[in-house]
Amino acid sequence: MDEALLLLLSTLDSTVRLAAPLVLAALAGFFSERAGVVDIGLEGKMLAGAFAAAAAATATGSPWVGLLAAIGTSLALALVHGFACITHRGNQVVSGVAINTIALGLTAVIANAWFQMGGRTPALDGPQRFGEITLPLAGALSGIPLIGPIYAELISGHNLLVYAAFAAVPLAAWVAYGTRFGLRLRAVGENPAAVDTAGIGVESLRYKAVLIAGLLCGIAGAYLATAQGAGFQENMTAGKGFLALAALILGKWKPWPTLAACLLFAFADALQARLQGVEVPGIGQVPVQLIEALPYVLTVLLLAGFVGRAIPPKASGMPYVKDR
Amino acid sequence: MSAGGGDELPRWVSLALLPAINIACALLASGLVILAIGEDPLAALGYLVTGALGSATGIGYTLYYATSLIFTGLAVALAFHAGLFNIGGEGQAYIGGLGVGLCCLVLSAVGGVPWWLALPITILAGAVFGGAWAAVPGWLQAYRGSHIVITTIMFNFIASALMAYLMVNVLIKPGQMSPESREFDPSLFLPMMHEMLGGLGIEVEQTPLNLTFLLALLACALVWFLVWHTRWGFALRTVGANEHAAHYAGVSPRRMVVLAMAASGALAGLVGINELQGVQHKLLLNFQAGMGFTGIAVALMGRAHPVGIVLSALLFGALYQGGSELSFEVQTISPELVVVIQGVVILFAGALEHMFKPALARLFRPAPKPATGVA
Repeated sequence: MDEALLLLLSTLDSTVRLAAPLVLAALAGFFSERAGVVDIGLEGKMLAGAFAAAAAATATGSPWVGLLAAIGTSLALALVHGFACITHRGNQVVSGVAINTIALGLTAVIANAWFQMGGRTPALDGPQRFGEITLPLAGALSGIPLIGPIYAELISGHNLLVYAAFAAVPLAAWVAYGTRFGLRLRAVGENPAAVDTAGIGVESLRYKAVLIAGLLCGIAGAYLATAQGAGFQENMTAGKGFLALAALILGKWKPWPTLAACLLFAFADALQARLQGVEVPGIGQVPVQLIEALPYVLTVLLLAGFVGRAIPPKASGMPYVKDR
Repeated sequence: MSAGGGDELPRWVSLALLPAINIACALLASGLVILAIGEDPLAALGYLVTGALGSATGIGYTLYYATSLIFTGLAVALAFHAGLFNIGGEGQAYIGGLGVGLCCLVLSAVGGVPWWLALPITILAGAVFGGAWAAVPGWLQAYRGSHIVITTIMFNFIASALMAYLMVNVLIKPGQMSPESREFDPSLFLPMMHEMLGGLGIEVEQTPLNLTFLLALLACALVWFLVWHTRWGFALRTVGANEHAAHYAGVSPRRMVVLAMAASGALAGLVGINELQGVQHKLLLNFQAGMGFTGIAVALMGRAHPVGIVLSALLFGALYQGGSELSFEVQTISPELVVVIQGVVILFAGALEHMFKPALARLFRPAPKPATGVA
């Protein structure tokens, strides 16, 4: 019993760790897409952020400088996206593809040139990373059955950015649904002409949304390189940006359901690591690839309306032309 | 995502000057990157050009890369004309290759058949597999309302998981570690260009360039004919230009979306002919190696026209080949520089296509006619 509980707890524990970057990136997509700007470039912004964080942390020894560098880099890419899609009314998907491609190439080229380690950065250790935080009383409470281990294993002992990621969900929900800015942001994604008629600038609102997305992707990137991992590797995001996009769709462009989708995908990922080569009674070996493909299959089914229905913000993907 | 010529620009500006400005921007951006690394951009450009075009071997490799890029570029362009953005070329090339590979493995199992007999069958297999992998997202968009961009992205990941499963568990040659199939029967191998030219008495270096290059050019002609000189192509472009008008004219936009995606995927699926039946001679993981994604840049740069696509496929083929030579000569510059250039091209030729247009339009618009006395 105890062993089963510990196994479950450790699986849930890695679920939380794996979910954190997805949550941050998915919320980035949430802000951008609810304002009517489709963001395929989550992946690229995260990747560029991860490299900037690793490089800055290597150079200065501080993960905080790394975090700032990651946010700055990701914001710069977000501005490119805004410049192309909002100012020049370019195709938002094409712009996202461009950002992903540039980030993929540029991080590899610069990493190789600066560190000469085949596209990696030197391994970070100790104070160069965001360390694990033991919450108060974690030791004292661990004796209590059930609650003790849950508190000590699952809730305590994560790094700061994990807590930041999960705190970002209620914050995002409050900003989007509880503030005047949020109301306008959602309106501009549904009916920009109405917002414009009310005398509120569509372009500036969309720029703000795109920049919030840049901020969150930067934090997600820093998490990958300086909290979860210990340095940068070529293409280390490996599709997490698209997975976050899938979670956003599965969560129907709402913060709390999106969190649930991120946790589901992260749990599948944690489970898959554990199921590798294990015989499941009654089923036999579960192919890892099946679990890997599951989030994508689910998203396709959902978008097609076979399992529920996900309807994107009405004006998403469409540049706003004032003089019509 | 306007396909083809500009609305208000003279033809030569839209077809030649605009792409030239885009190339210049991409080269400038990558020059800045090289400068930031601390290397000499002009020397780098020199290595790149000599690496790609300075020797028969270099040219052979350039054309070999261009072959796959022509297929994926045509695939993206054909979908463009129907108003669709097919990001799934990578997955369609992968699954199309599965079709080609399975076909070759079956033909090998029956003792092999001459390549010229096998080729129509393998082409059909690649086209059907790739086409089906694209038609499903097309159908989902047309009849279920899901967005084609998201669905094709998801299908790329699903294709990659499916192929990993098949290669590791089913198609792997027994008794080996690396997930590769048995080698095809040598009778199926497509003739290499150096063999064909050797037969004509022309000696060239041995490169992976093979018969598929000629097939790719044929595919260009076919797409040109299909899109601009058939009733079907007219209907396709009408759907891309104005769905409602197409509907009013009796064309079913839904049907056309599915068909256009199928045709697009079929073209991407032919990458397997070049990579597997032409060069690798067995099924393996990731043989398509980013060619599907690069097809997006090729199509954007080539203005979605077959002639433009051949030229931009040659350019990107040269970048691939020259880039690897460059990274060999200058250790600090890694071959991923090509990916940066590709990204900058997508940015300038695709996302920022409206940036230069107004300026050029002002520059080249015929002078407004002097007000002739109307009264």
